[in-house]
Amino acid sequence: MSSSSAITRATLRKDLRLEWRSKDAINSMLFFALLVVVIFSFSFDPTAEESRRIAGGLVWVAFLFAAIVALNQTWARELRNQVLDAYRISPAPANSLFLAKALGNFIFVSVLEGLMTPLFIVFYNLRAVGPAYELLIVAVLGTWALVVNGTFFAAMSLRTRSREIMLPLLLFPISIPALLAMVEATTSILTGEFSAKFWIVLLVAYDVVFTTGCLFLFELVLHGE
Amino acid sequence: MTYLYAAYIATWAIHLAYLASLLRRYIRVRKEIELLKAKEK
Amino acid sequence: MKRSFTLLAVVTGVLLSWGLYGALIAAPTEQTMGDVQRIFYYHVPSAWTAFCLFFVNLAASIVYLAKRNSKADALALASAEVGVVFCTIVLVTGPIWARPVWGIWWTWDLRLTLTLVLWLIYVSYLILRRFSSSGQTPVIAAVLAVLGALDVPLVYFSIWFYRTQHPQPVIGGGGSIDPRMLHVFFVNLAAFSCFGALVCWSRYRLEVVRRQVEEAQALESLLEPRGSR
Repeated sequence: MSSSSAITRATLRKDLRLEWRSKDAINSMLFFALLVVVIFSFSFDPTAEESRRIAGGLVWVAFLFAAIVALNQTWARELRNQVLDAYRISPAPANSLFLAKALGNFIFVSVLEGLMTPLFIVFYNLRAVGPAYELLIVAVLGTWALVVNGTFFAAMSLRTRSREIMLPLLLFPISIPALLAMVEATTSILTGEFSAKFWIVLLVAYDVVFTTGCLFLFELVLHGE
Repeated sequence: MTYLYAAYIATWAIHLAYLASLLRRYIRVRKEIELLKAKEK
Repeated sequence: MKRSFTLLAVVTGVLLSWGLYGALIAAPTEQTMGDVQRIFYYHVPSAWTAFCLFFVNLAASIVYLAKRNSKADALALASAEVGVVFCTIVLVTGPIWARPVWGIWWTWDLRLTLTLVLWLIYVSYLILRRFSSSGQTPVIAAVLAVLGALDVPLVYFSIWFYRTQHPQPVIGGGGSIDPRMLHVFFVNLAAFSCFGALVCWSRYRLEVVRRQVEEAQALESLLEPRGSR
């Protein structure tokens, strides 16, 4: 068991190092995230009262788009250098690779969110009426929900035509309960009108179910036939 | 009420459209079978 | 095989006609909603059939993953396609029902929203099948079906709780039902279940034959070049 976590860690470290070295990709995605925030702010320009009500939805839709852009190139490097074939032949368990990829994506998308959030706060004059620390919990759980399925579906999309559109096509329907939970939880924390507890529990359940499912099933997707 | 008829007509229109597409595909497969049989001879 | 298919077809025809007669004529008019309520006799049985077909898809997908039986995969494809057809009907008749009754086209009614999400998941399933290269398609599609199925209870609970926070009208609401209405409902339920099974069976048979033809064609094109060289 320790060897699989060692593989996970090694793969993760390699990915992070490669990402850090090729700053082009990171920079363009950061800029894309910024643009998304600005465009949303132009399109939906509410008063302070209204903004608390709709900000939850807006923020998560913006995060979702940024995540899709990041997820689409998840496996690109592996594909280019035939790393996947090498992985298939090696005795390493498939889900070590998956976990490393998912964690890498999680870190990356969190960085994007970390950039976008202060901008949203500024543009929408946001202030949480409810407990603000819960927002962090929602962010972590919600991001993981998107990333774990996103990484999995990105792998599934590898062998399809129109790879880039396939990912959101597969990800969006299945993520609906998680998205609903993220948006409702964020809105209830911002407005302070409802408790976010149920939604947080739902997100935990979603994360547990799909992390388990993806880890179990990744082997099949990697090997295909 | 017109809504009622719209619903029923819509239901059967969708079913008929699908069955028609099945029929079309079936005819195409039949033709391909004939083609294969002819080649065999 | 052929005989039971014909038998099912006849039974389906009879039930559907009887159901139509019952829905439009025999059933009494509902008090509050009026004649529009009769959409209920088509809307709910279609939903039931769609859910059954999706369940068949899940079962077939799991069987495929366990045994790699190509017939199971054909059944998975057939049930998904026909399920989407019935699902579409639910999503079309729902708003047509809601509009005259509530004045709005859409409501986040639990059953309707669940149907919408299932429709989205299965349309994405069908698109995945269409777009992926044929070698890996069955496995990847089956995996998607399993993940989709895992999603369903989560979807159910998320919508359920959303509705308690934001109360919405309920399509096809509760209340006591006249026994004559119940009778017509069950006839239509049986009718559409048989119809769903019949169409799914047809699609399955078509798929099996289509794959055999494809294999034969592939074999044929393998043998041909030898002759031409």
